[in-house]
Amino acid sequence: MPKIKLNLITGRTIQQGVSMEGGKEKPAYTAACGIIELDPEDFKKLGVYRNTNVRVTSEYGSVVVKAVDATQGPHPGLGWIPMGPWANMVVNPNTYSTGMPTFKGTPVEVEEAKGEPIWDSLTLVTKACRGEL
Amino acid sequence: MAKLVTDVVCPFCGTLCDDLEVGVSDDGTKILEVYNACAIGAEKFLHSQAKDRVTRPRMKQEDGSWKEISYDEAVEYTATTLAAARKPLMYGWSSTNCEAQAIGTEIGEMVGAVMDNTATVCHGTTLIAVQDVGVPSCTLGEILNRADRIVFWGCNPAHAHPRHMSRYSIFPRGFFTGKGAKGRKMVVVDPRVTDTAKTADIHLQVEQGRDYELLTALRVAFKGEWLPDTVAGIPKKTIYEVADIMKSGRFGIIFFGMGVTQSLSKNHNIDQAICVTRDLNEYTKWNIMPMRGHYNVTGSGEVWGWLHGFPFALDLSRGFARYNPGDTTSNDLLVRDEVDAVFVIGSDPGAHFPNSSVKKIWDLPSICIDPHLTPTTAVCKLHVPVAFVGVETGGCAYRMDNVPIECRKVVDPPEGMLTDLEFLERVTARVRELKGA
Repeated sequence: MPKIKLNLITGRTIQQGVSMEGGKEKPAYTAACGIIELDPEDFKKLGVYRNTNVRVTSEYGSVVVKAVDATQGPHPGLGWIPMGPWANMVVNPNTYSTGMPTFKGTPVEVEEAKGEPIWDSLTLVTKACRGEL
Repeated sequence: MAKLVTDVVCPFCGTLCDDLEVGVSDDGTKILEVYNACAIGAEKFLHSQAKDRVTRPRMKQEDGSWKEISYDEAVEYTATTLAAARKPLMYGWSSTNCEAQAIGTEIGEMVGAVMDNTATVCHGTTLIAVQDVGVPSCTLGEILNRADRIVFWGCNPAHAHPRHMSRYSIFPRGFFTGKGAKGRKMVVVDPRVTDTAKTADIHLQVEQGRDYELLTALRVAFKGEWLPDTVAGIPKKTIYEVADIMKSGRFGIIFFGMGVTQSLSKNHNIDQAICVTRDLNEYTKWNIMPMRGHYNVTGSGEVWGWLHGFPFALDLSRGFARYNPGDTTSNDLLVRDEVDAVFVIGSDPGAHFPNSSVKKIWDLPSICIDPHLTPTTAVCKLHVPVAFVGVETGGCAYRMDNVPIECRKVVDPPEGMLTDLEFLERVTARVRELKGA
């Protein structure tokens, strides 16, 4: 099973903003933020179809999200997870004495996650806190 | 026939649009329509009307279920938890009004808390840089009326501040900017081809995390000095071209966002961006402005600024104000186990802090004041729902350019619900009794 290495960045999208205000417990929030936007080139390397569940792993954690086409690309080599609990499972929490975790520029590995579910935000955070992930 | 409430202020982002019109039912209890707002702002107003909204405080039980409690019990739990803690963290403060921020700070003073706002994961590094090198800035009105050179660096207003470009920066026709967008040159610096970048005259697709190099290269280019063939993935020809565009304007502005504040060089990126602005003022008039996220994160910095002299990471645990980012900032305190209770208001660290910090909140006595259900309410022990500021109660908020704007109340909150301010006033009174202050 191929694995690809990417540089992960996070941030706001309008869908993230709208679904966040609509309720973070709702499926729309998971659909907006439980995703990773990949460049078509990276999709080829990974060898999976669009809308496949993938596992994103960094030195700091791991999370299952849905791989979708980049909406604001091309950006080969760069992965994008909208800001939210899914991204925060894997970002670099080191602040290097500034108070600011390093949300942008985390090296990650992406691989297919057959049969693994994408949790909604409340379940994801609760399971992570209980150590059930 | 619905009533129309005009000149409503949108409580979502730092643009703080003040031209919304909201249609309410004749009896004034229900919001029917929202006009002029962006998709996010409209959703915020409409979601306040949700049928499944939580309207009473809830306490988490041993088995993980929730039990409804009264506001009196919630006040008691909050006050006793804060009063008993040696060093509580009081975090958030960005989605509430300045009145609530001021009274909350009084609680912080009494219990010796560390007060921190969402700037800690947003523009905190900007505030550090501003303290390092100063900041030449202006108001959004000046940009509307004067600016003919606009740079968006590491920010994506098309998604994060959806009406910013149409109200102030790119499209409107102002006093000296009668041609609107045609008279303005727009440069976007972003590692992705964002929807903002797609509308720009020039897009510099910088290598992620190389903003510092590109900013210094611009400073070299202003002086016409030698540059290597490419800097941060941008050919030198383009850098010289952008430098000329910037120097040739009458009034320019750099807006910047999380692309620079959250990348590895952090405050050093902003230092350099401010130095670029300072250099440009040798040739023409330039300004720089952070694109603040929450509608009143600027306000919490202002309130703490005039109360204690520091805009975030305010440590009152020793009885006087200390400020030391990296030491008194939320994420550092949480991962180092330096706080023994967490109080969250008007923010969602459960969703927006790295998971290592969220796990610490889970283990501590914790209180979350939030109208929504969020990952933070899921990890906290007590959830206190309150009225939406800017929808169900008014109050003062500061726009991203430090202009204070009074929010309007549009409808009443559901019966029996308290506002942030009312709840905090009751907690203050109880903490005062407990502390004998």
